[in-house]
Amino acid sequence: MSVRDAILKRLRERADGALVAPESDFAVVTNRGWSRGERLERFERLLTSVHGEVVHASRDGWTTALAKVLVDKGVRRLTLGRKHPVAVEAREALVGGEVELVDADRDIETWQRELFETVEAGLTSTRGAIAETGSLWLWPTPDEPRLVSLVVPLHIAVLDAEAVEDTLFDVIERHGWATGMPTNALLISGPSKTADIEQTLAYGVHGPRELVVLVRHAEETI
Amino acid sequence: MNVQTFTPREFHRQAHEALASPQIRANFRKAMDGLMIKRRDVFGDWDLEALRELGANIRLRALAKLPDLLEQLEANCEANGIRVHWAEDGEQACRVIRELCEARNARSVIKGKSMVSEEMHLNAHLEAAGIEALESDLGEYLVQLNEQTPSHIIMPAIHLNTDEISGILHDKTGLERTRDVDIMTAAARAQLRERFMAADVGVSGVNFAVAETGTLCLVENEGNGRMTTTVPPVHIAVTGIEKVVEQLRDVPPLYALLTRSATGQHVTTYFNMISSPRQEEEHDGPKEVHLVLVDNGRSRIYQDNELLDTLRCIRCGACMNHCPVYTRVGGHTYGTTYPGPIGSILSPHLMGLEETQDLPTASSLCGACGEVCPVKIPIPDLLVRLRKESVGEGRGNVPGAGVKRTRKEVAAWKGFQWLATHPAAWRSGVAVAGKLRALMPTRLGPWTDYRTAPRPAGTSLHALVKQHQAKKPAREESQ
Amino acid sequence: MTPVKLYPTKPDKVYFYGTCLVDMFFPEAGLDGIRLLEREGIEVLFPEDQTCCGQPAYTSGYHDEARAVAAAQLDLFPKPWPIVVPSGSCGGMMRTHYPSLFAGTEHEARAEELAGRVFELTEFLVHVCHLKLEDRGHLEKVAMHTSCSARREMGLAETGPALLAKLGQVELVEQARAAECCGFGGTFAVRHPEVSAAMVEDKACAIEAAGTARFVTSDCGCLMNIAGRLEHQQKTVKGEHIASYLWRRTS
Repeated sequence: MSVRDAILKRLRERADGALVAPESDFAVVTNRGWSRGERLERFERLLTSVHGEVVHASRDGWTTALAKVLVDKGVRRLTLGRKHPVAVEAREALVGGEVELVDADRDIETWQRELFETVEAGLTSTRGAIAETGSLWLWPTPDEPRLVSLVVPLHIAVLDAEAVEDTLFDVIERHGWATGMPTNALLISGPSKTADIEQTLAYGVHGPRELVVLVRHAEETI
Repeated sequence: MNVQTFTPREFHRQAHEALASPQIRANFRKAMDGLMIKRRDVFGDWDLEALRELGANIRLRALAKLPDLLEQLEANCEANGIRVHWAEDGEQACRVIRELCEARNARSVIKGKSMVSEEMHLNAHLEAAGIEALESDLGEYLVQLNEQTPSHIIMPAIHLNTDEISGILHDKTGLERTRDVDIMTAAARAQLRERFMAADVGVSGVNFAVAETGTLCLVENEGNGRMTTTVPPVHIAVTGIEKVVEQLRDVPPLYALLTRSATGQHVTTYFNMISSPRQEEEHDGPKEVHLVLVDNGRSRIYQDNELLDTLRCIRCGACMNHCPVYTRVGGHTYGTTYPGPIGSILSPHLMGLEETQDLPTASSLCGACGEVCPVKIPIPDLLVRLRKESVGEGRGNVPGAGVKRTRKEVAAWKGFQWLATHPAAWRSGVAVAGKLRALMPTRLGPWTDYRTAPRPAGTSLHALVKQHQAKKPAREESQ
Repeated sequence: MTPVKLYPTKPDKVYFYGTCLVDMFFPEAGLDGIRLLEREGIEVLFPEDQTCCGQPAYTSGYHDEARAVAAAQLDLFPKPWPIVVPSGSCGGMMRTHYPSLFAGTEHEARAEELAGRVFELTEFLVHVCHLKLEDRGHLEKVAMHTSCSARREMGLAETGPALLAKLGQVELVEQARAAECCGFGGTFAVRHPEVSAAMVEDKACAIEAAGTARFVTSDCGCLMNIAGRLEHQQKTVKGEHIASYLWRRTS
């Protein structure tokens, strides 16, 4: 008998008999009932409490805010995709400027050291965010690969204000994650951090030292 | 390698040494105090009992359906392109991983944090085969540099303070001594980046394996877990068979419980869900993903209705953070991969009661562990169950059952039983003890090394009640 | 968590289960508990054949012996009166562990029934007697150590402090890590004396640092441990069972 079959057999022929599975009540992780304003406020409060930065911008003028972030952070090399509307708009706004735009949609084997050592920031879109925990959710794509949000010292993520939902449970349920998971689904809640040296927080231990979330608002009032 | 070794057999000696070290006492006390406060605060706005109830319930449901869920997990992983391997024990799991490495001519393995890999001594196994295994979690990296094992399942280097860590980085990597944590962290980042780029294989653990979708979930703050599972061309995830959950919707409550219970965080920086290797059109991520499912005694624990609860554990470490014994003696004293209360109920199954007989008794049964457990494992009851197994009065479902049964101790408890079931003899005994109180020894072994000896009272409660009742007007007998 | 208990109205009679530690080492505490109950107009029945609840054998893993001892106690309370126990540890044993100890045996139903009418003394005084106290003592600060069994097994973190709060002249002082175990744990103190000693040392220091010359506890195991440590260190802080403290100040 294979190892697999031997293990499964032992589990199936359980000495104390079959177990009864209890029903689960998920009420405690859903139905927060927050308003749009409360969601956004909570998202920002929690994200900033773990060292994330939030910059508000209008839907039309967000690339101006992006350019300012890049100047403020002294970024000279930015990696980003080419197809996602966020990347397209960013490229339109930044092309010909001070910041060198580095294509992210390349096989990593061809530019690993370049990415690890010379790129200062990565720009990605996001699928949405979670108010309860101050988390972004990303499903990396060929256009915006996984390492763009990980290897660079600064990760800039673009989020639409109306894409903030209450809880992780709500996101998983409403967007039908169970019917089609991507290669890699990510929640990101702040920059990389560690407290392994005597409980003292330090940022950027492996991933980005800084996370800036550009929140785009449909209204012109921001 | 001059590895500092600890063994559960030497619990008493190791406890003695830890208690005598002001450094260890202070490091743990400070850390545990902080963690307890953070946990309490972060659950402030939750209905914690409802959440714990749900967490326990999800884990119980997963265990109730365990064989089916493992088959479903396997089928969905394979359909997604993740190769699934099974291992009876740690040795077999090590061999599976080593053979995967050798078949790919891998010389260098980078590791994300995995307690199962510690349990099966993967690093030593790979190194014996000439394959370098390097830990990338900062705490694990420091502990490995210092030729130690983790002293806590979540915070492996919690036994070390800043100065000690500075000394390790200085001695082992040449970093100039500093008390600046940012400098030390940046140095480790730079050292490990090279190793990530050079690694042939990444080995990680798994926090939750979702049967419904064939998804492996990893919880972390540093990003080394993402690096380990994204940068090298091959990713091997290794996990105990009990880590499976039925559905994706089961994950949010467990994740909420895990981060809050472990470190008092609302959420970790990264929640990394892996469902397949790199697809044709994708540009990064490993081209191969493997999942190694390890039994190592778990299917034996599974047989027994009471012991089964041990397998609910989601490895948050809250039980150790709140344990007054762990706080005093630290993690290494236990001499096991999993220290503290969860270790004391799990290790006997992994290593046998002969080796671990001092662990189930290393608890005052104060109940703090059970009170904070996010999945409501009745840890104190399980400690008592293992004591029962140790003295041969259990069901014999734990390896080494009966190892502590000695004629002398059995005789003592039989004597106690006889006395306590013969009330007249009991009363006389108590009365005699009271009369002889002046003759009672003032030294009672270890008790009186630290405390004065208790003195039997001159008159027992039985006798006092008699006198008390004699003073009152007679009442109708009402019993 | 201990499920919310529905408390009966004050009965005419109760059984008093003194516990072996009280019987041998702290009989006055037992008698003071009885007096407090009698003052509330309750007739207190003290079954003479009571010995020990069996907990020492139970926590040591000797369940056959524990069961035999516990079975002898099951016969002592034939009438449906509440059983009052001046100890969270023995009360917890009877309320929480008797049912599982006797599960599947001929005594199962009796153990369940008995468990349902076991009350820890402070719990009974607060929730059933709704005790009112007239404090006759002088102004004083006191610290309280609630045993882990009372606190966690029986869910009674509040009843001891609630009784002290009824004493007008007494101020309950805060101590560091009040919920932490004192290190007694029955045979734990014998099997792991050094770890137990480290725990009781911290507890004794915390009580002393709270700035009081007196502490009370609702469990004689903790009392023996903490007071024994303080005495060993020749400290002036004195401990006593909460029943004695309440009786002394109000009689």
